[in-house]
Amino acid sequence: MLQYTIRRTLFAIPTLLLISLVIFLLLDLAPGDPTAQLPLTIPPDVKEKIRVSLGLGEPIHIRYLLWLNQFFVNEPLHILSELTAMDLSGDRQRVISWQTRSPVVDIIVQRLPQTLWVVGLSYVVGVAIALPIGIISAYRQYSWFDQIGTFVSMVGFSVPTFFTGVLLIVVFSVQLNWLPSIYDTTLVVEDWNSFVRQVKQMIMPVMVLALYNAAQISRFMRASMLDNLNQEYVRTARAKGLRERVVILLHVLRNSLIPVVTVIALGIPAVFAGAIITEQVFKVNGLGQLLIISIEATDLPMVQTLTFIFAVLIVAFNLVADILYGILDPRIRYD
Amino acid sequence: MRPITFALASLALASSVAAERGSDGHVSIIYWQAPSILNPYLSGGTKDIESSSLILEPLARHDEMGNLVPWLAAEIPTVKNGGVAADLTSITWKLRDDILWSDGSPLTAEDVVFTADYCMNPDGGCAQLADFDNIVAVDALDGSTVRITFDGPKPYPYAALVGATTPILQKNQFENCVGAKAPECTAENFGPIGTGPFRVTDFRPNDVISLEANPNYRDPTKPAFATVTFKGGGDAASAARAVLETGEFDYAWNLQLAPDVLANMEAAGKGAVVSAFGTLVERLMVNLTDPDPDLGDMRSTRDHPHPFLSDIAVRQALSMAIERDLLVEIGYGKAGQPTCNVVPAPAVFASSANDGCLVQDIEAAKKLLDDAGWAMGADGVRAKDGVRLSILYQTSTNAVRQDFQALIKQWWAEIGVETELRNLSASVFFGGDPGSPDTYQKFYADIEMYANNFEGADPEAYLGNWRCGLDPRPDTQWQGPNVPRYCSEAYDALLSEMSQTGDIDERARLGKAMNDMLMQDFVMIPLVHRGRVSAHADSLGGVKLNTWDSELWNVADWHRVK
Repeated sequence: MLQYTIRRTLFAIPTLLLISLVIFLLLDLAPGDPTAQLPLTIPPDVKEKIRVSLGLGEPIHIRYLLWLNQFFVNEPLHILSELTAMDLSGDRQRVISWQTRSPVVDIIVQRLPQTLWVVGLSYVVGVAIALPIGIISAYRQYSWFDQIGTFVSMVGFSVPTFFTGVLLIVVFSVQLNWLPSIYDTTLVVEDWNSFVRQVKQMIMPVMVLALYNAAQISRFMRASMLDNLNQEYVRTARAKGLRERVVILLHVLRNSLIPVVTVIALGIPAVFAGAIITEQVFKVNGLGQLLIISIEATDLPMVQTLTFIFAVLIVAFNLVADILYGILDPRIRYD
Repeated sequence: MRPITFALASLALASSVAAERGSDGHVSIIYWQAPSILNPYLSGGTKDIESSSLILEPLARHDEMGNLVPWLAAEIPTVKNGGVAADLTSITWKLRDDILWSDGSPLTAEDVVFTADYCMNPDGGCAQLADFDNIVAVDALDGSTVRITFDGPKPYPYAALVGATTPILQKNQFENCVGAKAPECTAENFGPIGTGPFRVTDFRPNDVISLEANPNYRDPTKPAFATVTFKGGGDAASAARAVLETGEFDYAWNLQLAPDVLANMEAAGKGAVVSAFGTLVERLMVNLTDPDPDLGDMRSTRDHPHPFLSDIAVRQALSMAIERDLLVEIGYGKAGQPTCNVVPAPAVFASSANDGCLVQDIEAAKKLLDDAGWAMGADGVRAKDGVRLSILYQTSTNAVRQDFQALIKQWWAEIGVETELRNLSASVFFGGDPGSPDTYQKFYADIEMYANNFEGADPEAYLGNWRCGLDPRPDTQWQGPNVPRYCSEAYDALLSEMSQTGDIDERARLGKAMNDMLMQDFVMIPLVHRGRVSAHADSLGGVKLNTWDSELWNVADWHRVK
């Protein structure tokens, strides 16, 4: 198992380098101009000077190697200096955003908390709702509970978040005036009052996303339970006279969870990628909103760094999911 | 935040009765585009320019009427008061003597000189470089006097260091951020020290800015607000909702929404929609040259006059048939006004000589065409000598523009003009690719519609667009601003006169005369004067929407309505 993990980790390095090259080439070949958003009153020669000052005058392979150096050497050195309070990085150039002219990683670190709170919590809530619904739906297949569960997950899956989000705002912010429609990222939770305000501003975005996540995962849970309920070992357990509770929760559920855990682990990188639409609707301004406005502004260093970090997370959690599978299911041996 | 501001507000009430700095607590502003940086020299984006105008100030700016008012300068230099040299080659600004930076140090001429050098540095990538065109030197004559020297006569010298796009930076703070180093100064670009009513306490790029009142602001009673939250992001509809329906925010910027959507939101009774008008005019451009495909390379060039649009009677009839009030009502609501001028503002330049066009007159248009010999044919289309009045009318793809096309087509049918409609993707139409047959410059159509405006409050450069020889044609790679391909010696003579004239009243007379000439020759048919729409809460007072400068230009005067 350990050998397998090490082998996979080593294999991930060329994969990620290739991914970073592909992202870089895609972004560079795509049409777009960082000065395109500037007003028409700024003349073309001034725009050309801005482009040169952004480093766009260099040929593509030089720019790619510069980015590799900035991301893999200068940024880690900078983080080390921050941690150890020693000056290891000197004045090495960090990855700089074209839009804000500031280090990309600092902005990502600034955005991470709200994304993890809102999107992460919605994932936890989604899973917490989805598992019981999936279990009961499968156990009482075609009952009214199953029908309603199926209906709700179809709705959750097919109604886009830009609709549910705005609907909630119209009901709870505009009509009832209970909840704020705009997320305050500067709010610091320091006492009961600010905690209540934090909860209030998180309810709507968390619920919108939780509904979507729960819809997906509950379908997986239900399908997996149904697969196991018809197995011979379930009949054996019942024939032995075990109580129904024990049969379902100890025998069927344990076995059904194996593929579901994999699905949940594979979904975790999406938490870090943020929720582009929901973040825009509620003005959460996390990583998803950062990605989309950077794309709109053709802020290539920011888009490149963000997408690459997402790629790293996806590769990492794929590995985690595979290893978890091996641990949960002893029949699977990688060595 | 709220308990603190309540505490501050009650403290202020208890200690004094008169207005006092910070006595009105907190104000929150939402821009649906989020600011990325607070240094307008490194970003041309409106969101960045306007947010930094809370902190940074220029020497002078335009008020809500488009008049130049001194800001950090003691007065506006003119030829009359000796501030502008008689030969128009230099301008001398005198600073106010009571200005402190928010760190307590005084504003000096050195700061002004530094700011100009900062932008004019060739390695800095300054976005506002065009405002510093023709400047050869900027010198400090003494601690509070700055002279800007131009490479020739500059009749309108109020571009550099005037308005929110080019405010004064503090030399002490930005000294090490010049040239190639400019983008690396993150702390400075995110937290500039300014002379304005507020200073930054926390800047989160593309998200939110927290500010507090500048303790060294020149007027001890201002600003009325102690703290500001400037939130960015989302879309125009949700920003409007946050002010007009939920009341979470006090001010929302630039709400380009359908008139009925905005009216419904305003009906909730929490805030008011305000609009103001700059120089943006939606207009029809008339092609004075022949776009016939058979002409090949010579299509739409001055070698071949248009078969029927070169007849002024036809052009005038087309204008008379249009009901501009209805266009405004359908397309823009409060954000539009019918107009008969291509220079509709500022007030000194707005002509009233063409206002007859405001009333639709189908019968008079018909008579005009009859008198000019365009006889109605059996198919309902007028013709003369075998030339039918059949128009190809193109514009960019946009719901409002397509509504306008349909209405105008119907009115023109009533006077016996046949119209074929065409719409093109905005990225192609405005794209300027000389290889594409569909750009607005190539103008392979008889009539086309779009909007245009000019920056600042002086129309000289804008009126210069219609000079002879500036028409797009093959040997200019189809570049050139004179889209109608207009050419008039009398018009060019007025332009030359304006370029030698520094006096504002005389410039206004010349500007109006040129506008009237274009309008009465019907080379452009103006439709709608388009404005800026924003919204503020009913409890926010002092808002004067300004399209000539930052919308937040007078934020020091904003206050809570009790």
